[in-house]
Amino acid sequence: MTDNILDIGSLKKSFGGLVVIDDVSFAVTKASKTALIGPNGAGKTTIFNLLSGVYDVDSGSIVLDGVDITRTEAHDRVLSGLSRSFQNIRLMPHLSTVENVMLGQQATSRGWRDMIYPLGILPKNRWRDEAEAALADAGIGTYPGEVVANLPYGIQKRIEVVRAMVAKPKLLLLDEPAAGLNRVETDQLHQLLDRVHQGGVTLLVVEHDMHFVRSLCDHVVVLNFGEKIFEGPPDLVQKDPEVLKAYLGADDDKEDVANAS
Amino acid sequence: MSGYLEAQLIILCLSTIYAYGIFIPAASGQLNLGAAGFITLGAYASAWFNSMDGLGLSATVSVILAMIFTGIVSFLISFPILRTKGVYMVLATFAFAEVVSGFVINFEFLGAAAGMPVDSHASILVVAPITLAVMIFSFYFMSTRFGLALRSIHDDENVATLFGIKVRTAKVIAFTVGAMIVSLGGSLYGLHFNYIEAQTFNVLLSIFILLYVLMGGTQTAWGPLIGAAFFTIVPEGLREIAEMLGWHWLAEGRFILFGAFIVILMVIRPEGIMTRTLQERIAGNLRNKNNAVTSEQPEGGR
Ligand SMILES: Nc1ncnc2c1ncn2[C@@H]1O[C@H](COP(=O)(O)OP(=O)(O)O)[C@@H](O)[C@H]1O
Ligand SMILES: [Mg+2]
Repeated sequence: MTDNILDIGSLKKSFGGLVVIDDVSFAVTKASKTALIGPNGAGKTTIFNLLSGVYDVDSGSIVLDGVDITRTEAHDRVLSGLSRSFQNIRLMPHLSTVENVMLGQQATSRGWRDMIYPLGILPKNRWRDEAEAALADAGIGTYPGEVVANLPYGIQKRIEVVRAMVAKPKLLLLDEPAAGLNRVETDQLHQLLDRVHQGGVTLLVVEHDMHFVRSLCDHVVVLNFGEKIFEGPPDLVQKDPEVLKAYLGADDDKEDVANAS
Repeated sequence: MSGYLEAQLIILCLSTIYAYGIFIPAASGQLNLGAAGFITLGAYASAWFNSMDGLGLSATVSVILAMIFTGIVSFLISFPILRTKGVYMVLATFAFAEVVSGFVINFEFLGAAAGMPVDSHASILVVAPITLAVMIFSFYFMSTRFGLALRSIHDDENVATLFGIKVRTAKVIAFTVGAMIVSLGGSLYGLHFNYIEAQTFNVLLSIFILLYVLMGGTQTAWGPLIGAAFFTIVPEGLREIAEMLGWHWLAEGRFILFGAFIVILMVIRPEGIMTRTLQERIAGNLRNKNNAVTSEQPEGGR
């Protein structure tokens, strides 16, 4: 049909009179690595919340791989092929690392037989093996049994990504996956996302780190105050006067765009 | 086996079964103060199915039918009850138990306030293996993907939804399965003591059962066993010790001591005696794999 994995049409959302997303339309091309950037409070996380079904849209449409999911229930969207990570870590604090990842596999389980399979007791089974392999692949394979709440931030942040990854989505939404990671961790994340992408997954990434965006992504969408102000290749973003103005006007993020060339 | 020991063991077994029935929904964050209601349903339904004045069925069939009956009732009431959360769910389940008790007391064919005799008998040799079976079932149940879903719902319902879990459905199933287990315990109570009275199944019993579960810890399937064992053995043990030493003040005042102990426990282990972290530590030590894991605090979100 189209080459787009995601088509967002005239999306609108307001919270009690405050318009947060104002008529935003853009598309994500299949097999692309698209970045969604913008100053703090631009509405990036809200877009993710609308896509994943945390909030209902006020108006507009969301089409995922040719299927309209605008009104699809939140628990069914992951089955349609969309999974996400969270800007503020939302792991299950009382589950172990590998259990958190096994939660991500929920979307790939089929029927009641999978639901009553005792994956927690059997030391070796296909779910656990797959989850441990995914963790090892992300460079955090040493903590499978550890309760997540006891792990350092950088590890938790990457478990978020792995959990979303093992849901086997067509489109992976990552909300600031590199925030708070050190150099080595960021590089590991970069390589992991490249591998995921090579596996056929389209990426839509919210990220403040412009080095990261430029080296990872092939397409950039810029939001400011709930409106799309730019869309194009990474090289042109930092030359766009509107974008520069948006970033220089905002107090928090002056540095991001300007420093990244 | 001495009569005293058998009596204590029966209480431990029944408490353990009740606790597992309340634990399963509690694992998904539900606070159920309706145990007495499900016990009443199980005890009275099985007694009536078993009674010659009722259906005259065998004890086994009666207990199973009583579980199914309780399952249907709890499935139906779970819809209004699960609209509530936290302390409101505590109140809703409490109210449900009161309604059940009110019903029974007003039914002549159930013996009304005078209670009802139970024909068949179940000794400790029946009750203990069933208790073990309930434990094994609960461990299995919590180890499944469904159990993982319940624990995820406990931690973060919204995120669980986004990963494809039908939260409402899972909660209804947990509530119903739990109620059926409590019902089984109620049936066994009747069969063992051969007499049931609705007044025995009161809110104090519900409170104790919920206390076993919360104090034992809701994060692992060990919790209810630890809670029930602890809370049935410690007060008795205190009494034994007090009598042995001739400390009558302790024998009489042991519940004061015990109450203070509960408060202290709540302060030092608010998530229960057995937590997921503690289980992991113990398992790690057993494996003798002291890999000195970081106990560093997470820095939290920004
Ligand atoms: N649930 C909500 N209720 C009210 N306001 C919200 C809610 N979620 C987001 N907002 C507001 O929407 C705006 C965009 O927020 P967000 O999407 O988190 O921005 P970004 O992720 O781009 O930093 C902010 O002004 C924020 O305060
Ligand atoms: Mg955000």
